[in-house]
Parts: sequence; C-alpha cells; structure tokens
Amino acid sequence: MHTLGVDLSTSAATYDLGNLHGGLVLPAEKNVSTSIEIQSVPIPDQLVLPIQQHVGEPAQPIVSVGEHILKGQLIADTSGSLSAPIHASSSGKVVAIEPWPVSRRLGENAPCIIIECDGEDRAIEPPDDIVSFNAYEPASLLQRILQGGIVGLGGAVFPTGQKLMQASTMPLEYLILNGVECEPYISCDDLLMREQAAEVLGGAQILMHALNLATCYVVIESDKPEAITAIGEAMAELGDDRIILKQIPTIYPSGGEDQLVQLVTNREVPSGGLPTDVGCVVQNVGTSVAIYRWICDGEPLISRVTTVTGPGVRSPMNVMARVGTTISEVVALAGGYNEDASQLIIGGPMCGKSVTTDRVPVVKATNCVLVLAEPPMQSRSQPCIRCGECARVCPIQLLPQQLYWYACADNESKLRWYGLTDCIECGCCDLVCPSNIPLTAEFRNAKARIQELADEKARAERARRRFESRNERLEQDKIRREQELQQQKDVALKAGSSAIDEILMRRKDDDEGND
Amino acid sequence: MQFERREAPFTSATTNVASMMRQVIYALIPAALAYVWYFGSGFIFNLFVAGVFCLLGEAFMLHLRDRPVAETLCDYSAAVTAVLLAFAMPALTPWWVTATAALFAVVVAKHLYGGLGYNLFNPAMAAYVMVLIAFPMHMNLWTSPRMGDLDYHFITIAETARYTMTGTLPDYLSFDAISRATPLDFVKTGLNNMQTFEELRAYPMMGDFGGRGWEWIGNFTAIGGGWLLVRKIIRWQIPFGVLAGLLIPSSLAYFLFPGVSLSPGFHLFTGGTILCAFFIATDPVSAATSDTGRLIYGFGIGFLIYAIREWGSYADGVAFAVLLMNMAVPAIDQLTRPNIVGHTERSDRSTA
Repeated sequence: MHTLGVDLSTSAATYDLGNLHGGLVLPAEKNVSTSIEIQSVPIPDQLVLPIQQHVGEPAQPIVSVGEHILKGQLIADTSGSLSAPIHASSSGKVVAIEPWPVSRRLGENAPCIIIECDGEDRAIEPPDDIVSFNAYEPASLLQRILQGGIVGLGGAVFPTGQKLMQASTMPLEYLILNGVECEPYISCDDLLMREQAAEVLGGAQILMHALNLATCYVVIESDKPEAITAIGEAMAELGDDRIILKQIPTIYPSGGEDQLVQLVTNREVPSGGLPTDVGCVVQNVGTSVAIYRWICDGEPLISRVTTVTGPGVRSPMNVMARVGTTISEVVALAGGYNEDASQLIIGGPMCGKSVTTDRVPVVKATNCVLVLAEPPMQSRSQPCIRCGECARVCPIQLLPQQLYWYACADNESKLRWYGLTDCIECGCCDLVCPSNIPLTAEFRNAKARIQELADEKARAERARRRFESRNERLEQDKIRREQELQQQKDVALKAGSSAIDEILMRRKDDDEGND
Repeated sequence: MQFERREAPFTSATTNVASMMRQVIYALIPAALAYVWYFGSGFIFNLFVAGVFCLLGEAFMLHLRDRPVAETLCDYSAAVTAVLLAFAMPALTPWWVTATAALFAVVVAKHLYGGLGYNLFNPAMAAYVMVLIAFPMHMNLWTSPRMGDLDYHFITIAETARYTMTGTLPDYLSFDAISRATPLDFVKTGLNNMQTFEELRAYPMMGDFGGRGWEWIGNFTAIGGGWLLVRKIIRWQIPFGVLAGLLIPSSLAYFLFPGVSLSPGFHLFTGGTILCAFFIATDPVSAATSDTGRLIYGFGIGFLIYAIREWGSYADGVAFAVLLMNMAVPAIDQLTRPNIVGHTERSDRSTA
C-alpha cells in the first residue's frame, strides 16, 4: 500500500466544521470486529424476505408459492408512491408467503416471502442494457435507481429512488456521503470503505450525475484512519476533484443525517424539514456502493455488509450476508454465541431494536447484529433531580428534564412547546442521567401518544366535516325543493284556476298511485 | 435461542444520584474541619442532631407515603440537607432548634412538596429561615471564632454538650462573655453608628477580608466547591452567577460611595457567600434548568444577598435570597428555553 503523504492529510483535515450541540464521546468497541476482512455467509437453506424492508408501503409479492426463482429476480414490486421492490437473493423455490418474526418496534411478525434455496445460486441474465451511467439522462437514471430495490443502508431504509427524486426538485449544492457510523460496535461502513473505496466513489459519481451536483463530501470520523487512507487513495486514483474528503471528530450522534449536515455545512435542517431544504443530499456509503453495483453491474440490492459483534459473540467480525439470511446463521459464521449471550439487538447499542429470537432475517436495514451480556443489576429509576446533564448532551438542544416532567403529566401542549417531536431518540440523555430514568423510552411513548391524539383529532374532524356537509346538503335540497314548488305555483297562477284544479287532480292521482 | 426484550439504548448510565450526593458531602469535609477548628465542637453536635432528625423524618415520611425506605435513604439527599443545616446553624445551638429545622426541612419543605426532585424550595434554607424567625434569640448566638478576639474564650466539649442538651451554660459562663457579633452584624452596627467601613475594618476581628475564622472557612469551602466543579458534579453557571451578582453591585457601590459601603472582598469571604455559591444555590432540584436560566438564577441570588446585606434588617441574606429565587424558577425556566435546533432562521448559507 503506497502512502499519499501531504495530499491526504490536507484533504482529510478537520476544517470549518459547523457546531453540533452536545453529543457524547462513547467507548467505540469497534476494534473487536475490524481485525479480519469481510467474510461471506454461505448460501442458507432458506431465505426469509419480508415484503416491507423500507419506509413506506410494503412491496406486493409477484411470485406464487411453488414458483422457481433465480437470484436477482424481482419477487415483490413497488406499490404506492413510496415503496421499494424486493429481489431474490439466491435461486430456489418459493415455499410460503406467510408471517415470520422480524425486527421492528411494534409487533413481532410480518409477512415474508420464504424461499427454499437450491444451493446453485443461479442468477438471472444481467440486463443487456447496461451502459455507462454518463449515457443516462439524470431523470432516467433516477428511475433506474428506483428499480434496484435500493434503500438507505444507514438504518433509515428510506427508498433511495424516491429520496433522490424529491431531492432533484430542490435547489441543491452538496452531496454528502455518510461514512460516520457513530454508534459503538458497528463497523460495517468502516470495513466497506476500506475494501470497496472505489465503488463508494463510483456511486458518488453516479449520484452527482443524477442530481447535477458539483460537490461531494465524503465524511468519515477521525477514529477510522484505515478507511480515510483507503478513500484517500481511491480519490487519488480517480482524480475527480469534485469529491472532497472530510474528517470529523468522533462524537455521537454526528452520523445522524441532520446532525451531519449541521457539522459539514453549518446549516440547520429546519424542524420537520429535510436536508434538501438547506441544499444537501445525504447518502450512506453503503447505499452509494449499492447504487454503483446496480447501475454498473446490474446487481440489485440483495446482500449487505453486517457487523456481528458484542460480548456475547465468540469471534466478532463483519460479514457479507444475503438479505433474508436468518440471524442464527450469521452468528454461526462468527463462531456462535458464548455463555454470556443474553440480549440480541439488531442495530447498535444506542438506537437498535431488541429481538427475542434469532430466527429474524437480515434485512436491508440490518447494519449490525449485537449480542450483549446480561446488563448489570440496575437500581430502579429515581426521581429526576433536574441536574441538567441531559440538556447538556442533547444534540437538538432540547431540555429532556422538562420534557420528562411534562411527559409524566401528559401535557401535550407543553411537550410540543419543549420540542418533543424534534427529539431524534439518540439516547444520549439516558446515558448521562444519574437517576437512571429511561428518558428515550418515555419520549418514544409520549410521541406515540401525541400521534394518537392527533390521529383521533383528525378522525373527529373528518366526522364533523362529514356531518356538516350532510346538513348543508339537506338544507340545500330543502331550498331547492321550495324553489321548485314556488316556480310551479307561479306557473300555475299564471295559467289560471282551471290549471290549478288540474294540478290538484294530478297530485291526488299521484298520491293514490303511491299508496 | 431466546433472548430478553429491552428498550434502547442498551448501555447504562455511569453516574447515580447517591454518588453525586456523597461527593457533595466529601467536598464539605475541609470546610467542616475549618468550622470545628474556629468555632469548636458545636458543629459536630449540630451535625449529629440534624443528621438523626433528617434521616428519621425522611424515613417516617417515606413510610407514610409508601415508598421504599432503605433504598431512598441511601440516595444521601437527606444527609446533604443535614450537613448544609449544620453549616447554617450557630456553633452553639440547643438540640430542639436544630431538630425542628431538620424535621421542617425533610417533612415540610421536601416531602409535602412530593419528595426529592419535586421540592420548590431548598429544604435546608427553608428550614433555616423557619427557625431564624421562630427562635431568633438562639439563632443569633454566635461565639467568637478562635483567635478572633483578644478575650477569646475556648468552650470545652463538655460545655458545648451541656448547652446543646439543655440550652443553658454553666454558672461561671455567661452568654455575654462568650457571644460575639458576626463580622456582618459588627459592620452593620458600626456603619449605623457613623463609623466608616475602613475604620471598622481595622479591628482585629475583621481579619484580612471577611473576618477572622469566617474567611478561612470560606477558603476551605471554596476548595471543596472547586473539587465539585472539577468532578463535574456542579457546573460553573450558578457559582459564577452568584459571585457576579454579589461582586458587581458591591464593587460599584464600594467605588461610588466609599466609606459607607462594604468592600467586595468582605462580601465574598464573610457569612455564607461561598457556601451558598457552591453548595446551596447549586442544589439542582430547586434551581433553574437551562444554562442561561442558571446564570440568571445565580445572579439573582447574588444580587439579593447584596441587597439584603446592604438595605435589609437581617445581617446576612443568603437563605432569603435563595428562597426568593426558588420562587422565580418556574418563570426563569419558561423564559430561557434554548433555541431548539431546526427552529431558528440561523441556517446560514454564506459560511459553508
């Protein structure tokens, strides 16, 4: 490996960073999983593919039970305006479409397409229309990205195609590639940048072309020197001076989308808005590689790098796993569980989701499989003493102690005023709370309650409007009938008394007829 | 394999309330030693009485309120209240005065407001004010500090114990022989008698800055306060606010109205200033929450201490200042909420 010397050190310098309030320096715990390169998980006997692996509408299965399918074949297509397709990650037979345990916050099971693999891993013919990305019109490039089943791989799993299409309607300045990975333990993006730096940058070029952007920042935390070197070398080889490497200090949660924008550009993403509101598009480095693979090799998003780590795993490592491989198989490759294993977490220790079974599959969002030991006996939470440490670390500058107070009191207007809906649930306040209060969980529940109230209000409002419009309709009908009657009367009066008699006769007939 | 389900985040906190409270007590050890050295063993008796009654009161209230007793006593918050009370009491105090204060602090000021975390007023200061008004004679009996006066009389442990138990002194000791005005009282009286501050300052009992004994207790208290700052148990905003709120007006007055104004150095080192700045005003429960709010809260206390010492009828005003600002906390909190990220128009396009 040759060194780059001066070039790298200047381009990776930490300069003109914006202010990020609060945050925490957490023990990284990353070295345990970065000592060996990415290992491939063998083809499993069975693949479990949830039809919803993204934000938005679930994809609609287009295969039926018993059907033979090939690797890369489209098995569930987009439905609705926000969705992403799902492709088979190996060849085999569809054996069931049924609920299966998955990792998500609410509910245990979700509909999945279950494939029995034949072990041959036969792929569909690559599309013959692969051309250099430069040959695409930006709009058709976006359309093509939409078809690759690509979603944000940093954890948010927002369908990338739709995100880019929304972005293309806004005035943009920067593409920001997120290689920050600030949660402890997780190292999949680090290893990806070390091993596939050229693809990361290739994806950046595609994205810049698709969005007509002239500047791309690749942002990496200072505790990943190998990744910084790898990206720096790939940049030197590529010689594309639109791409700039930026190193930021290692502070959690600087990898959050809005926090990263704030750090890199010193612009605050408005509350309830998107980075595009301040001229930025943020993509995870893994997403960038997925885009590169789909556009340049025709391979849809069917596998991803996942960190398997934690004190409960024998040999922590990063693996390349097919989407749909169950967690048990991924952990088996990493030497299996040791006797300390007690909690299984999908994601990192700060924002991950705890699951009860390792039958859940690796999905597009699975950046980390974390196995933790039994937590030390915690004393029960004590009253808040308003020490204010939570406010000191909050990256949004909220006052968690006040929010907690009003969450306990269920005071919706105060919760809104203190910015509950702006909370990003990063968990910093939990970690510094001397009273051991589960603040983040409280805020999550309070948010859900507020949402429920809003939904209820909306329902009541709809019902009210329906009732009012019905009344209005009835009123108008009445007026119309009266007017018609008046007209008839006028006509009759003009026609004279004989005509009136005639009308009365007719009405009598009508009445009798009705009986 | 089956696993437990938990809520994120999965790492646990590294601090706890009990350890914070314990460190506050440790930080007061130098000041306690100084207090005992200058004012005799009375502090130890007061501490004992306050400790026993604070913990008893706390246990009783927890029992009544059906809360875990042993677990909550171990958060040391009642112990901190007891220590602060012991510091506020004159060295010679009959036990029932201290006991009344201790029970008032935990039963009324703390638990009737909902217990730890819910009390509007600083329990130790509320209790101090209560006994100051209820037992003015006992609360104004300050002895002369060691080396404070030429006719300093050392009061033995036995004499102190007798006074604490019965409120009486042996026949050979009279109140007049041992009681002395505090430097603040002394200066107040002197200024009223048309003496200048400079003249008063020349008396030996006035020491270098805040009065013999008093200034050294202040110094040792500041050492503990500094340690709490280093340990990040307290943050700088409140102590800074208190000191600024006291020193700015007193410096201005000292230069504008020489002779009739107390020097800022005297303000700083006498009475309860340092204890208030680092240990009393910094009680987080009854203080404001945001950093700006805490600066304002601290400044308010400092200024009120100045105002009461200068214009009030009481010699020192720490307890009143703290209670008055406790009342202002809800308003301060309402007015000093930080700007939530994403809600301002600061998104600056030009700097990038």
